[in-house]
Amino acid sequence: MAASLRAVRQRIRAVQSIGKITRAQELIASSRIVRAQQRMREAGPYARELTRAVEAVVSRSSTIDHPLVNEPENVSRAAVLVLTSDSGFCGAFNTNILREEQRLVRTLTERNVEEVPYVAGRKGIGWHRARRIEMAQQWAGFSARPSVRDATEVTKGLLEAFDRPSEDGGVDEIYIVRTEFVSMLTQRPVVARLLPLEIEESSEEPPGGPLAQYEFEPSTETVLDRLLPQYVEGRVFYAMLESAASELASRRRAMKAATDNANDLVERLTREANNARQAEITQEISEIVGGANAMADANAGSE
Amino acid sequence: MTLHVEVVVADRQLWAGDAGMVIAKTLDGDIGLLVGHPPVLGILAEGSVVRILDPAGDTSAATVAAAGGEITAAVSGGFLSISDDRVSILAVEAQLGAEVDKSVARSDLESALTEAGSPSPAEEPTEARYARAQLRAAGEQA
Repeated sequence: MAASLRAVRQRIRAVQSIGKITRAQELIASSRIVRAQQRMREAGPYARELTRAVEAVVSRSSTIDHPLVNEPENVSRAAVLVLTSDSGFCGAFNTNILREEQRLVRTLTERNVEEVPYVAGRKGIGWHRARRIEMAQQWAGFSARPSVRDATEVTKGLLEAFDRPSEDGGVDEIYIVRTEFVSMLTQRPVVARLLPLEIEESSEEPPGGPLAQYEFEPSTETVLDRLLPQYVEGRVFYAMLESAASELASRRRAMKAATDNANDLVERLTREANNARQAEITQEISEIVGGANAMADANAGSE
Repeated sequence: MTLHVEVVVADRQLWAGDAGMVIAKTLDGDIGLLVGHPPVLGILAEGSVVRILDPAGDTSAATVAAAGGEITAAVSGGFLSISDDRVSILAVEAQLGAEVDKSVARSDLESALTEAGSPSPAEEPTEARYARAQLRAAGEQA
């Protein structure tokens, strides 16, 4: 009995310290997520204006001839940028992203397109490495706090590959697998094609009023040349910010659940320990009483 | 009637407010924007200064005083667009004149020039042009 009581007490201590760690992780994530959301908000105007500018150029001429817009005739290789986290402890965040990537790979394979993975985040890198899937490029170290420089770096790699013909190790399409930050409670993995731009003919009025007939300086082509890379970089940066906020929200939720579980477990184990202790006391008492009775009987016999 | 101006970079909004006039430099040359200007989307010249005249909005003394009643911003490159009296400056990198640290900009300029091997003015790298623009935006000669 004594041994079991010691074992239960040891478990209580272990679970308590795990609870402290997860609680600390939860608090860290909660404090960082405020900042991450603020960064998303701050980047909003740029993303909005950039999209508007691209829409303005693209809507103007339905006959634009530009490699970043033209639908390639046959696609043989597609770059897939996957945004995962650097550290774990964030629930199903990475699993969801990687599952979405696998789904995309399946549809690409059906179209006879080879996937060329570009992976950001240690967890994603580890996942691909474990499955011996070769990555074209990998980046790590910024998943929870991406900077513009990181986005520039990633975009450069992608655009270089896009500029090369696919026979020469380049790619014909670029997809991005990222996590959309819907709210603190909901984040969902989404796949979008980054390049070539998907031009949708729509009769709906774009948000922010109808687009004006812009004049381009110096020329439509030059503006497009400069605008599109900047647009891609803006999209990548915004995706990174959203992914960072999602990672933190996901971590906060996972760690809250873990802390709650640890607390429940401690409560249950404490009850178990009390039971064991009481059983030990009861046994000791009955042993003493039994011994006393035996001695009394022996004394009575000798008289 | 005034123009609504927004100066934004990838990770934040540098300045937003109303103004009487915006002067910027595109690849084609200087452009001045007043109310009623037809819609234009232009490429900003590398390392140029955007001037916002008669600003209203965030006109805290420190932001405006540096350049005598106007707001200046150094941009390393990017876009300018105007439509319906809304001006947006989409810069790759930008800094308000009032926020420029002159000594840092000066040393940036020197290191950029040394790295490029003292090039002729026409061949200066973007970093050097941007550093020059920062100094000009701060009201210095450069």
